[in-house]
Amino acid sequence: MSATAAAQGSIVRHAGLLDRLRHRPLWLVVAGFVAVLLVSAAGVFFGTVAVSPADTIAILGHRLLGIPATVSWPASAETIVFELRLPRVLMALSVGAALSLAGVALQGLLRNPLADPYVLGTASGAALGAAIGLLIPVQFALLGFGLLHLFAFLGALGAVAVVYRVSRLGGLSSLSSVLLTGYAIGSLLAAGLAITMYLSGQTLRQIFFYLLGSFSLASWPQLTVGLPLIALGSFFLLTRARALNGLLLGEETAAHLGLDVRRERLVLLAAASLVTAASVAMCGLIGFVGLVVPHVVRLVAGPNARSLLPLSAIWGAAFLALADLLARLPGELPVGVITGVIGAPFFLFVLRRYRGGYEL
Amino acid sequence: MSGSTFELRGLTLDYGARRALSDVSAHVGSGELVALLGPNGAGKSSLLRAVTGDSSGTPARRQGQVLIDDVPLDEFDRATLARRVAVVPGQTRVAFPLPVEELVALGRVPHEHPLLGPRAVDRAATDAAIERVGIGYLRGRDVRELSLGERQLAVLAMAVAQGPRLLLLDEPTVHLDLRHQVAVMELLRDLSARDGVTVVAVMHDINLAAHFFGRLLLLDAGRLVADGRPSEVLTPERIRTVYGVDPGLVVVPTA
Repeated sequence: MSATAAAQGSIVRHAGLLDRLRHRPLWLVVAGFVAVLLVSAAGVFFGTVAVSPADTIAILGHRLLGIPATVSWPASAETIVFELRLPRVLMALSVGAALSLAGVALQGLLRNPLADPYVLGTASGAALGAAIGLLIPVQFALLGFGLLHLFAFLGALGAVAVVYRVSRLGGLSSLSSVLLTGYAIGSLLAAGLAITMYLSGQTLRQIFFYLLGSFSLASWPQLTVGLPLIALGSFFLLTRARALNGLLLGEETAAHLGLDVRRERLVLLAAASLVTAASVAMCGLIGFVGLVVPHVVRLVAGPNARSLLPLSAIWGAAFLALADLLARLPGELPVGVITGVIGAPFFLFVLRRYRGGYEL
Repeated sequence: MSGSTFELRGLTLDYGARRALSDVSAHVGSGELVALLGPNGAGKSSLLRAVTGDSSGTPARRQGQVLIDDVPLDEFDRATLARRVAVVPGQTRVAFPLPVEELVALGRVPHEHPLLGPRAVDRAATDAAIERVGIGYLRGRDVRELSLGERQLAVLAMAVAQGPRLLLLDEPTVHLDLRHQVAVMELLRDLSARDGVTVVAVMHDINLAAHFFGRLLLLDAGRLVADGRPSEVLTPERIRTVYGVDPGLVVVPTA
């Protein structure tokens, strides 16, 4: 009885701002959009090269809305704002949303709080693909993508497809077998990556930078290819709230609740892999976002996928755009470093507030 | 509304080389309260699983038929079946923090709009189920912090929210203390008597089953060996042969 009383006490003690937000998901949506707008604006207005706010506004108005230019600005300013900063912000936003959605989907599907978008071999598949792409001495570029990106994309999708096939062999397709297969295939691919890197010589540095993840090469052509893929996958993920809710108590209960578990599993895996592969192809491996954003949102807004999915997308977008801004202001740090440095302490802070009800 | 009928016709289940059920036939009428009894491995849970369609593990080869409201199980689509039949599994594990009322609300998944989500009628049904099971005091608590008994009541409330005409339960009282065992049993009896829900529960505790259920189905080694009122089914002779224990341990109510 005393344990119960203590648990109730802790809940009462922590019923602060975070707890009140839990019952106001709409506020979290509004706040998220405000955050996205603020971070995007900051991302377009600030950078290592100063462009005056007036010029920035005039450039954006001219290029996006077709407002005739009344003042003149240096051509370099236009390139910086419109060809470098804007696509970069958009890519960070879309990748942040995509990885967070994929994280929600895979944590929910695998019922594992430690799952992230890369858990089923996507990361190692993409890394190996990218490394091989760099080693092939053929120059190829289409819409801002080279062999590296193409191979990374195919490697990520290929790895998940193999994991899915192998884990279904023999009729056994329990979730732990999917997870363990993902781990095994991932290790195999990582060994392949190690060999490729060992053989790579001069290109080692390039592979290494790709693995760390960065938005520094973001461009409109890349977005033209990547965004539709991310949008398509995200659409499918956002419409799976009912399935993810049903899966909260496991696949058996989901089936009892009338869900076609096999189909839902396939849709969730395919859509999560698509957005992850597209993200990885555009900007390399960015860790932490897809693991932690879903957790923070779940702690604040609860596990109901109807609010968890959209909130994770919005806040994931804001978080990654902010991380990228902080990464490039001091002069191009790997963005994965920043997601860890600002994400981890924040996560620990939120985790502490809910320690009573959360076990990892 | 009346409960669904539930019928097994010559049901045989094979898991690989193991025969779990052998030619079992029984008819459960609308609103009946029936317990499935038998020693471990007798096929009680296999029988339940044949109805609920377990997706994992070795797939069973099934002969014979399961009929709900005289319609073969295979002819139902998933959603229709889920609106008519609720299943309470032996144990429920939750991977993430989940408040009790949100757990109960999951019972509305078969009814709610796939994209727009729960409507007013779904929220009302959730509230009614919480009220009905009497767990209003658990609102806001994380399901994983509850005692086993409280958790089972919450899962039952979820099944009630589902609004089933047939309720299937796998050992609903296992690991519960006496008070919660009785609370669960009284709820099941009430659902059957007052709402006309057909209730079929796998039971491990013969005494509890004999006390609360009007009809028992006794399974032994995959065969149905007895079907009837507790006093008819639980004869000292049968308890000795089926369970292999001294029948003096079992108190069968005479009334």
